[in-house]
Amino acid sequence: MLDLFLDETHHALRDSAQAWVDRHIAPHAAQWEADKHFPRELHRAAAEAGLVGVTYPEAVGGAEGDVFHGLVVAEALIRGGSVGTAMGLGSHAISLPPILALGTPEQHQRFVAPVIRGEKVSCLAVTEPAAGSDVAGIRTRAVRDGDSYVIDGSKTFITSGLRADLAVVAARTGGDPDDAATRHDGISLFVVEKGTPGFQTGRALQKMGWHASDTAELFFEGCRVPAENLLGGEGAGFLGLMANFVSERLLLGVSAVATARMALEDSRRYCGERSAFRRPLHGFQVTRHRLAEMAAREAGARAFVATVAERHRRGEDVAADVAMAKNMACDACAFVTDAAVQLHGGMGYMAECRVERLFRDQRLYSIGGGTTEVMNEIIWRRGLAD
Amino acid sequence: MKIGVLLKQVPASDSRIKIADPQRGVALDDVKWEINPYDEFALEAALALLDAKVASDVVLLTVGGADTEQRIRDGLARGATAAVRLDDAAFGGSDCLGVSRILAAAVKAEGITLVFAGKQAIDGDNAQVPAMVAELLGWGYVGEVDQLEVTGAGAKAWRAAGGGARDVVEVGLPAVIGCDKGLNQPRYASLKGIMMAKRKKIDVKGAGAIGVDAGSVGASAALVSETNWGEPPARPPGRVLQGDDAARVKALVAALRDEVKVI
Repeated sequence: MLDLFLDETHHALRDSAQAWVDRHIAPHAAQWEADKHFPRELHRAAAEAGLVGVTYPEAVGGAEGDVFHGLVVAEALIRGGSVGTAMGLGSHAISLPPILALGTPEQHQRFVAPVIRGEKVSCLAVTEPAAGSDVAGIRTRAVRDGDSYVIDGSKTFITSGLRADLAVVAARTGGDPDDAATRHDGISLFVVEKGTPGFQTGRALQKMGWHASDTAELFFEGCRVPAENLLGGEGAGFLGLMANFVSERLLLGVSAVATARMALEDSRRYCGERSAFRRPLHGFQVTRHRLAEMAAREAGARAFVATVAERHRRGEDVAADVAMAKNMACDACAFVTDAAVQLHGGMGYMAECRVERLFRDQRLYSIGGGTTEVMNEIIWRRGLAD
Repeated sequence: MKIGVLLKQVPASDSRIKIADPQRGVALDDVKWEINPYDEFALEAALALLDAKVASDVVLLTVGGADTEQRIRDGLARGATAAVRLDDAAFGGSDCLGVSRILAAAVKAEGITLVFAGKQAIDGDNAQVPAMVAELLGWGYVGEVDQLEVTGAGAKAWRAAGGGARDVVEVGLPAVIGCDKGLNQPRYASLKGIMMAKRKKIDVKGAGAIGVDAGSVGASAALVSETNWGEPPARPPGRVLQGDDAARVKALVAALRDEVKVI
C-alpha cells in the first residue's frame, strides 16, 4: 500500500504477513493453481498467525486494526503468487461483515469467532443465475414457518462455497424482483450451516482464473433454517450488504494494484534477461517506454486507492470515489498484465510463466464486487448527477 | 525463571552484499535488516517456555544502536516481555569477545538464569558469542541444539553428531543454549502483538549500568581486527563442448580427468 499513510504498526504487520506468505503460500502457489485446490489447513495456519482477524472487533477475537492494516495483509497475500489462494482464504472478508453489521452478540460469537480462529470457513452467497451485481433481482425465497424459515432457490459463483462451513445467504422474505417499487424490499440474510437438510453444494465450477479457489453453486430445497439464524430483521439484508461495499471495493482495488506490481516486476526482470537481435529487450526504447507506462499506471492507481482508503479511515463518504478507485485499479491491472504477457512473448503465453496466470486472474477484478459498469453508475449517481 | 534471548540484527539472507571499501567493509546503505534467523529459533524456544509458564519473563538483549529497535520491536511483538538495548560509545568496534563481555554483564545485571541464542549469526558466521558468554559467566553451554526439554533445574538437549547420529547433552541451570534450525517453528508477529509491543519500553543501557569495564570492550580491547575486505573470485565462464555426441563425450571425459581431476 502507499507508504504515505502507514505507520510503524502497518510496516511491522506487512513484514510479518509477507514472511508468513513467503513460507506458507509462495513455495506452493504454482502447484495449488495446477491442483485447483489449496489445503484447508491453511485457513487455520493463517488464523494462528493472526492474519484472519486483523480488522475485526476484539470481542470476536480480532485485532481491531484499521483499513490499512487490512489492506497491507491483503497485498501480502496476493504477493504469494496465487490470487485464487488469497481470495479463497479471504472469503471471510465479504461474509463476516454482514453478520457483524446486523447480528446479535450471540450470533457474533456463534458464527464469526470460529472463523477468526480458523476453525470454520465462511462464504457469502448472494449471486444467482439471474442476479449478480443487481442484488435486488434475487429470487431465492425464505418463508417463515413457526420457529424457522424455509429457503428455496439457488446461488452461483460462490467463492469458498464448497469448503464453507457456513454460508451467509441472501433470500427474499418479501418484495418482488419484477416490481420496480418493491424489488429492493424484503431482502434478508440468513446463516445456513453445512449439513442443514435441504442445503446442497453443486460441482466445483471451472474458471478462467483464480484456479486455487473453490467456486460453487449452492442449492436450497425446502431448507429449514432456525429463525435465530436470521441476521437483523426481515428486509435488513440490503443494508447489511451495503455496509461492506467500501471495504470490499478497496480490497479488490488493492488486489488489482498488487497484481499489477507483480506483473511489472516480472516484466522488468525478464526484459533485462531476455535478448533479441543481440540486445536485451530493455535495450529497445519501445520496451523501456512500455515498462515506464506500466509503472506509471500502477503507481497512479495505487496512489488513488490509498487516498480513498485514507478518506474512508477518516470517516468520509467515499461511495463514488471508491467506485472510481476500483475501476482505475482494475483498468491499470488489465493494462499492465496484458503488456506483461506481450513483453514476455511466447513465454508469456505459457502456463509455467507467472504473468500468464496474473493476466487470467486479474480479469475477475472488474466483474466481482460490482462490475465496472455498476461502478460507473454509482459514480454518476453519487458524484455527478446532482 | 527469567530467560534472556540474545538478539542480533543482520542483513536479510537474500541481500546482495557489496564491498564499500576494502578497508571499511561492506556497503550497508541499501540493506534490508532482519532478526538473525537462528535467533528466531532462540526467541521461539523462550516464548514456548513463557506460554508453558516455565518462564516468567523473556528479556531480549541486543548490542547496537537505535537502528536495531525495529527488530527488537518485532521480538516484543512476538511476545517477549522486555528488552534491553546495549549501547555505549565505548562498545564501538568490539570484537566477538568484547560483545560477549557486554552481553554477559547484561545477563548478570538482569538476573537471568537461562540464555537462548542463535548458534551463530548469518552475517559474520563466527559462532563464538554464545559460547563466550557462557564461559564468561561460568555457565554450561550447549550449541547447535535442535531439540530441547527444560525443567526447573536443568535442560536436556539434542543435536546432530554427524552421519545421522544424535548427541544428547544434559546441562544444569544456569546455562546458555545455542539454537539450530529444526528446534521449532518461529511464530509471527500478529497485529495484537504489534500493538502491545508499542507500549513496551526498550531500556537502553551503557557500560556503567550493566557494570562492564569500558576498557575491556570496544576497538581498543579487540584482539581481532579486520584488515581487508574483498569479493570472492569471479566464477570462470563455462565452456560449450563442440562436435558430435561422441566427440563431446570424449572431450568431457578428458576435461574431467585431466583438467578438473575429478575422475
